[in-house]
Amino acid sequence: MTPELGHFALALALALALAQTFFGLMGGWKGRVRWMDAAHSAVMGQTVFVVIAFSLLSRAFMTNDFSVAYVANNSNSALPALFKFSALWGAHEGSLVLWIFILALWSLAVSLFSKSLPETFRARVVGILGLVSVGFLAFTLGTSNPFLRLLPAAPDGADLNPLLQDFALAVHPPMLYAGYVGTAVAFAFACSAMFEGRLDATWARWTRPWTTVAWLFLTVGIALGSWWAYYELGWGGWWFWDPVENASFMPWLVCTALIHSLAVTEKRGLFKSWTLLLAILAFSLSLLGTFLVRSGVLVSVHSFASDPSRGIFILGLLTFFIIGSLVLFAWRAPLLQSTAGFGLFSREAFLLLNNVLLVVSAALILLGTLWPLFMDAFSLGKISVGPPYFNAVFLVPGLPLVVAIGIGMHATWKQSRLAPKAVVFAVIATIAAVLALGFMVWLSHYTLLAAIGFMAGVFVIGSSLYEPWQRWRGGHSLPAAVLGMALAHIGVGMFTIGVTGVESSKIERDVALGVGDSTEVAGYVFKLESLKAVQGPNYNATEGEVTVRHDGDLVATLHPQKRNYWVRTMPMTEAGISVGPGRDLFAALGEDLGGGRWSVRVQYKPLIRYIWLGALVMALGGLLATADRRYRRRRPEEVAVASNSAPAEG
Amino acid sequence: MAMTPRRKRLVLFGSVLVGVAIAAGIATLAFRDNLQYFYNPSEVAAGKVPSGKRFRVGGMVPKGSIHRETGSLTVNFEVTDFEHTVKISYSGVLPDLFREGQGIIAHGKLDTQGVFVADEVLAKHDEKYMPPEVRDSLKKTHSPETSAAAAGASKS
Repeated sequence: MTPELGHFALALALALALAQTFFGLMGGWKGRVRWMDAAHSAVMGQTVFVVIAFSLLSRAFMTNDFSVAYVANNSNSALPALFKFSALWGAHEGSLVLWIFILALWSLAVSLFSKSLPETFRARVVGILGLVSVGFLAFTLGTSNPFLRLLPAAPDGADLNPLLQDFALAVHPPMLYAGYVGTAVAFAFACSAMFEGRLDATWARWTRPWTTVAWLFLTVGIALGSWWAYYELGWGGWWFWDPVENASFMPWLVCTALIHSLAVTEKRGLFKSWTLLLAILAFSLSLLGTFLVRSGVLVSVHSFASDPSRGIFILGLLTFFIIGSLVLFAWRAPLLQSTAGFGLFSREAFLLLNNVLLVVSAALILLGTLWPLFMDAFSLGKISVGPPYFNAVFLVPGLPLVVAIGIGMHATWKQSRLAPKAVVFAVIATIAAVLALGFMVWLSHYTLLAAIGFMAGVFVIGSSLYEPWQRWRGGHSLPAAVLGMALAHIGVGMFTIGVTGVESSKIERDVALGVGDSTEVAGYVFKLESLKAVQGPNYNATEGEVTVRHDGDLVATLHPQKRNYWVRTMPMTEAGISVGPGRDLFAALGEDLGGGRWSVRVQYKPLIRYIWLGALVMALGGLLATADRRYRRRRPEEVAVASNSAPAEG
Repeated sequence: MAMTPRRKRLVLFGSVLVGVAIAAGIATLAFRDNLQYFYNPSEVAAGKVPSGKRFRVGGMVPKGSIHRETGSLTVNFEVTDFEHTVKISYSGVLPDLFREGQGIIAHGKLDTQGVFVADEVLAKHDEKYMPPEVRDSLKKTHSPETSAAAAGASKS
């Protein structure tokens, strides 16, 4: 009975989402207080029913209710409890429930925590979020009901794909979705501003914390996915330019551009239409990502054509939101004139550069991601776009961007006044050059690209430290926004150093090893000491013991496993990894080659941890920035745009 | 040098434009060099593949086609579209889901003997997964296996 209740709860949530949309948008338009209040009550009600549906589905998983088809397909009684819980979003239907659940939480948060905003504006935001809810609830109920019964019930479940039975993958989707769905909030703020015909510094100040929080979830979500791919799936790679990965990275790039463009809109009242466009774009790319991943179009455009209902629905949703918001934009944007000018080396100019580079990169990644689909759809041959293309379109705009961050942070608003800082830049650049040389000597790797990469990374970190250090030394206040920005940019520097280290000096080698054999990689001697059989909760495994010695000293003992999961009879590789501040040592078992020998992949990955650490620090910076006092002022007086505010508040 | 706002804006937009143009140029170059075409075994047999070019080939690994010298990292196997087969040689760790009856894709080049020397072999994610190219090409040959080759969705 409970699954039917869950289905019913989703239907009620849809009804309430419709009410939320109507009362939010109409109430905001007509200015009717009672309608607007009704919209907020509808948010509350919608959230309650979505939470009920989510809990009931979760309950079906936890209690092994294999009469529910979705549970039977994605769980098993032998599955550990944590993975029974996370199996909820292990496949299509459940991940939609997760989407809806997170959207409901975001909507509730906006409804509760934005009481300082004007009533009509807030009602419209809630109305537009309601519209998104309606789309996804209707999609789920119409094409992907997770509560569908299986009659007769399966005796046991088909199990969760072993690749997904992992901690990082239990947390990755919720984080990523929190980011995806968060772009809907920025989108709703943008649409609301267009409806109201009002877009000023105050608007930007309201929008910024929400956008930053969405961005930081996206950042953490992507980093978790990359980390998981590294140790579980990728045989030691951290990014594959897989369409699914690109689908999450493109919204991130645009969202990053958006939070910077919002800074200009808040501080200087410029880039208004551009900011709106970015908000629309970020949300559209999030929807596109959902479409790409969920429609089956990536498996094959033809598989899309053979089972089109889901794909068509999301495509329709995508078209509706993109066209709708662009029409709104074309109609309203001309109202938003901004007249102020700015210097060639002003902060505005640097942020413009930031935006251009990020958006160009996102556009080229989009091209590479969609091109094979177009070729295939028009029967022009089956192609794939190789990683070197994506590396190029990421690196070419990316490296100048990193350098520009280091300089641009010290630019002042409005006017070009960088000259007095020339000495500071020279000093930081010299330190960066020395440290870059140090990195290269340590890795004994000397190429121009590595030199530029290390230097750019250190330069950004040094440059980010300078401003807080100056303020601290001068006894000035250190607002959270300044610290947050510095921290996020230090994260960028760490990421840059990590990528440069791994991509310049990694070593990956496949070897055949018998027990007692060893192989040397970058001065590390990997020796296969033993192989033994072990048993896990729902798998058998062969476990190797690999010792790693450097100059005769034991530095690590690795325990790579080759698992065989019972239910899906699917082999899985669990790598043995030794984590260090300077390098990862990695060993993975391939297969039994006969004659007592196994194929083994051994790897040396210098500085790889800084890729994910950098991403975490970026997210932490974002979190700190949202804690800035000025976002929490209640009913702020309409302050005139402070054109000469302190340079580093951004 | 005093610049009027108008000139400044011109310079600014000019530099942005130049930047975008450079990026587009680099992208086009990178794009052209990194397109990899997929051919099925019949197309390879018909000599449709330009010689010396890297490409991808895929199909089903037939039963009994996997050969490995005991203890060696090098493995020889075949892929088929049920009309023609291509011999493949690969040295390295094979993916977890590589096995007979599985659809796979290999990246590499043909050598002078007509053996495809692979530097990468892909068999993805899900035990029911069939690479789309392989599935479509198998479909064309109307094999009975096609129905079994229902594509598993990739992970989110």
